[in-house]
Formats: sequence, C-alpha cells, structure tokens
Amino acid sequence: MPELITLRIRRFDPESDAEPYFQDFTFEPPSPTATILDCVNHVKWHLDGTLTYRMSCRSAICGSCAMKVNGGGQLVCNAQYRNHLDADGMITLEPIGNMPVIKDLVVDMTDFWAKIEGVEPFVKNETPEEHGEHLMSPEDFLNIDDASNCILCGACYSECASYEVDRNFVGPAALARGQRLVFDTRDEDRQGRAERLSEYGGMWDCTHCFACVEACPKPVKPLLRIIELRQDAHQRGLHDNNGSRHARAFVDIVAESGWLDEAKLPVKSVGTLKETLELLPMGIRMGLKGKFRPNPLHLLPGKHHPEIPGMGEVRTIIKKTEG
Amino acid sequence: MGTATSEQTTIKGMPGKRYAFFPGCVSKGACKELKTSTEIVAKHLGIELDELKAAACCGAGITDDVNKEMTDALNARTLAMAEQKSLTLLTQCSTCQGVLNKLNHQVQTNPAKRERLNAIIGESGYQYDGTVEVKHLLWVLVDEQEYGLSKLREHVRKPLNGMKVAPFYGCYLLRPSDILGFDDPHRPTSLDELTRALGGEPVHYGGKTKCCGFPIQMMNPRNSFRMAGNHLSEAKSEGADAMVTPCPLCHLNLDARQPDAQDVLQSEGSLTGDIDLPVLHVPQLVALALGYSPKQLGMQTHIASTKPVEQKLAGG
Repeated sequence: MPELITLRIRRFDPESDAEPYFQDFTFEPPSPTATILDCVNHVKWHLDGTLTYRMSCRSAICGSCAMKVNGGGQLVCNAQYRNHLDADGMITLEPIGNMPVIKDLVVDMTDFWAKIEGVEPFVKNETPEEHGEHLMSPEDFLNIDDASNCILCGACYSECASYEVDRNFVGPAALARGQRLVFDTRDEDRQGRAERLSEYGGMWDCTHCFACVEACPKPVKPLLRIIELRQDAHQRGLHDNNGSRHARAFVDIVAESGWLDEAKLPVKSVGTLKETLELLPMGIRMGLKGKFRPNPLHLLPGKHHPEIPGMGEVRTIIKKTEG
Repeated sequence: MGTATSEQTTIKGMPGKRYAFFPGCVSKGACKELKTSTEIVAKHLGIELDELKAAACCGAGITDDVNKEMTDALNARTLAMAEQKSLTLLTQCSTCQGVLNKLNHQVQTNPAKRERLNAIIGESGYQYDGTVEVKHLLWVLVDEQEYGLSKLREHVRKPLNGMKVAPFYGCYLLRPSDILGFDDPHRPTSLDELTRALGGEPVHYGGKTKCCGFPIQMMNPRNSFRMAGNHLSEAKSEGADAMVTPCPLCHLNLDARQPDAQDVLQSEGSLTGDIDLPVLHVPQLVALALGYSPKQLGMQTHIASTKPVEQKLAGG
C-alpha cells in the first residue's frame, strides 16, 4: 500500500472567491525523498492546474518559492515533505504572511522590494579603481559573508513581529543588507548608512524574537546581522536614540550592582522629558500594586540599588573584559 | 489496588531532583510573585532549588549590543556555578533560558571561545567546561525525564475546572529551534499539555508563538503595545479566561502594560470594549491546581485583575 499524504493548501482567487479557503489534495508523493515543492508541482501537474504559486530554480538559489509550512514561512524547494508531515500525514501550506495575496500562494512583494531598495543595496564608491576593481581582504569579507547569501525570498518578512504591526519598519532582509554594506570596507558611505539605520523604524525597532532566524533558509540569519549593526553603531558613537541609551544603561546597571534595577532602566533609556513623563502612569500603577518601590533618587546620578553577593567577582570580570 | 497504592507511595516518596536555580532579575523585582510561586510549586513537588544567589544578570540579550564579552563572561560564570555543583541549571524566565542556552551552545561548539572566556573568569576562581544543561521550569514539569506530567497529575487537588487558558509561548522557549529543540517552533504543545494536565482547556490563537513586544517598549512603545494588545484581544475573542506565560518579561508587557495596549488598540479602532484578561505565570497556574490560593501566589499584585480566574475556579 503506497504512502498517501495530504497537502492542505490555502486557496484564493480574488476574481471568484469572497474569502480564502483550504483545499485538501491527497496523493502518493512523487518519491520518498521529494521536496515539498515537488509535491506542490505534483498537485499542479496532475490534480489541479489552476493552483498558482511561484517557483523556478528548485535549488534554494532563486528565492521564489517561500510559503508558510505548518504556520511558519520558509522555502519549500529545500525541505523534504517527510520531515514536515503532522500526525495526520498532512502538510498545511499558506502564502507567506504580512503581504497582500494576489492569488493562492502568490503574494504582492512590492513593499518588500521597496524596503530593499530603501537601504541602497549596492556598494557606493566614487574613488577611481587602482587595479581595475576595488579590492577587499579575505578577512574583511568574512564580516559580510553571511549577509551576502541573501536570496531575497521574503520568508523573514512573513514572520517578522515588528513588520506585522508597522510597515514603517525597515525589516529583517533589508537590515541584513544594511549590515552587509555597513561592514563592506569598499563602501564610502558606511557612517551615513549606520546613522540612517539607527533612526526610528531601523535597527532598534527589531524585537529580537528570532522569528527571522527560524525562517531564513540561508546563513543570513537577519537578527544576528542586526545585533552586529547595533554593536557597530555603538562603536561609531551613534548614541542619541532610545535603543542605544537602553543598552548602555543596562550595561552600566549590571556593572554597578550585578543585577537589573528596573526602576532606573526605563528612566535612563528615554531621551526627552515628555517620554519620562509618559512612564509615570506605569510607575504609579506598578507602585500601587507593590510591584516595585518608586525611588525618586533614581532621577539623580549614582547608584541606589543593592549589590548582589559576589559583586567583587563581577567587577573583576568586567574589568578584564574592558582591558 | 495494591499496585496503585504502591505506585502512589513511590511517587510521593520519590526523592526530589535538585537544580541550580537561576531566578532572574525580574522575579526579584517587579514580578516577585513569580519566584514565590515557583518556590511553592517546587517545595510541594519535592523539587529542590539550590539558588545561585551570587549569579549576575544574564543581560536579557540587550547588553550584547554594547559589551558582548562582558555578557558572555558573566553568563559563563553563572554556568560554571552550576557546573561546580554538578546540577542542571533551572530558570523560570524564557529570556534567561534563551541567553544562557545560546552561550552554552557557543561554549560547547567553539573551543577557542571557551578558552577565552575561561581566561576571563579564571581569575575569580571559575572554569566552565560546557557540561551544564539549561532548562526552563516548564520543560522540567512537562518532560518525563525530569519531573513529568504523569507525576504532576497525581498532585492536582483542585483541577482548573475547564478554565480556558491561552498559552503564550513567546520567543525564547521556541527559537532558535536548532539550539533548543524542545518544542515544535511553529506548533508547540508543552504549555497546552501542562494546561490539560491541570484540568484546564487550552485555547488556540495565532499570536501564541509571536513576540510580546516587551523588548521594544522603550524604543517604539506604540509597536510594542500593538503586539501585546493583538495577542491579548485575540486570545480573549477565542474565549480565554486567562493567559499563561513562561516569561516574566512577557508578563510585564501583557499584564503591567495591558492598560497601555488597550489604549493603543482602542485609539486605532481595532478594539471595542476592554481587554481585561488575567495573565498568569506558569507556576501560578500549576500552584492553583495544587490547591494554593491566589493570594499565596501574589496574584493581587497583577495589574489586570485575576478575579475572573478565581470565579472560574469557584465554579462560576
């Protein structure tokens, strides 16, 4: 008895359907090692020619075939079906998220391309080439190797928590492309790029949720590149934003007492009096419930928080990491 | 009959497993009720907690942005403390777990990094060889190799009475799954199974594996509150009586910031009416089923009233 599997595919044709719906296709897989894309092709070629989706290279190079597989965005040409069957022998396929559906599994990626174009995704260098090309050392290339692998499939935007609630957010792949250029020793606008990516909607608006790392089919792993962008921005002295203030205040607090001073961190993270005042209702609310004791001393410089036992060791370690 | 009795005796008399307990900063500050509840549950179940009182803050994945070496060294010191005791390290915070497991993986797979960190912490008398396992309380309760639901079920004295519970898994218990691998990153089950074992009914909603929004509360509060508000209102519209979270940072956004999340959603026209959804920590949900009172578990310190939970448990 041959193994039967079911693809449960989300269908939608705006010309004939009022709402999207799921359709099940049950069949014998083309081969035991078939990819999910092979199975989708089987449906289109043998069961329902109207099924619409993007695909081309079948080798995880072109970036066309990103879909949601059992709820998570990923490429389907580099995933074997048998690793994704649920307990009922089924795989659920949907179009990638956070983009308007054109038909079935095809989405409108206009905003995704706009975000990529927005980071000026090319090396800017006006200096005449000395050797017929601008050179870069193999060591320097290692800093941009991972991000250079991006195939622009959009799976990371499908899963991005910040992009989901705010289309102003630059987003994972574009920030990874930004890292690739901020760290490119041939580029002559690296400081400018780092400054622009530090603005509202940029690197500090990422929630650090690892959804893009999970979705990414390549070594790009956008969040890891975003962390590199933040470390680089810190070293460039791009400190005038809440993200940078927050991270620096956090480090200072750990160095002072070894553990988090929750009353101090928010106050030290914001940049304006207006923002400080906006923290007040939360502070009062939590103070009244006994969640923390408001300490007006926090508005003054210095330490007002008890140290953890073993703080001497913590200081020794921090000193060594600075030296 | 005889078999059942002897099984029960074995369970009750089973010597408790001992863990190196890393409570995390938030459970010693704004969410003290979390630590209280974990300690109640542990004591009741015979799980021994050896608290690492001298351990430093994990840095919550934030301090990496400014001083990665400091963050890694302080966390290597924490792992070394557990290694000295030959114990598994237990956290009650998804974020602490995520940060410590990420570093642990790096130390285990990168000998050069291990050597470098040991050179830093060695002066204070520590060395870390990468032998410690880092586990979250939820995993310990669910995993039969650790404590396990079959034993936990034996201790349920006050089942949750069919209370509809929205499990909020969040980020760091699920991702990156290649390092963690406990739950399916897209279709996790551990919190659902725990809820069922306690007599509750898990509610399905799309936001349960997404970010709560807490990490950008200071950078982009509107986006942060949209995230929290979306998950809360979605869970509520699916009929949830309460939400449960394994992370106190999620709790801070979902509970302490619930009024702000509600304001943002209402002002943008995506919410009519109030959210008013109680948000419980994992050990609070467990301890309620073990028979402890909401007051013993510090539920009166929550911002969103937990009265609906009490009413549900009372059969209302």
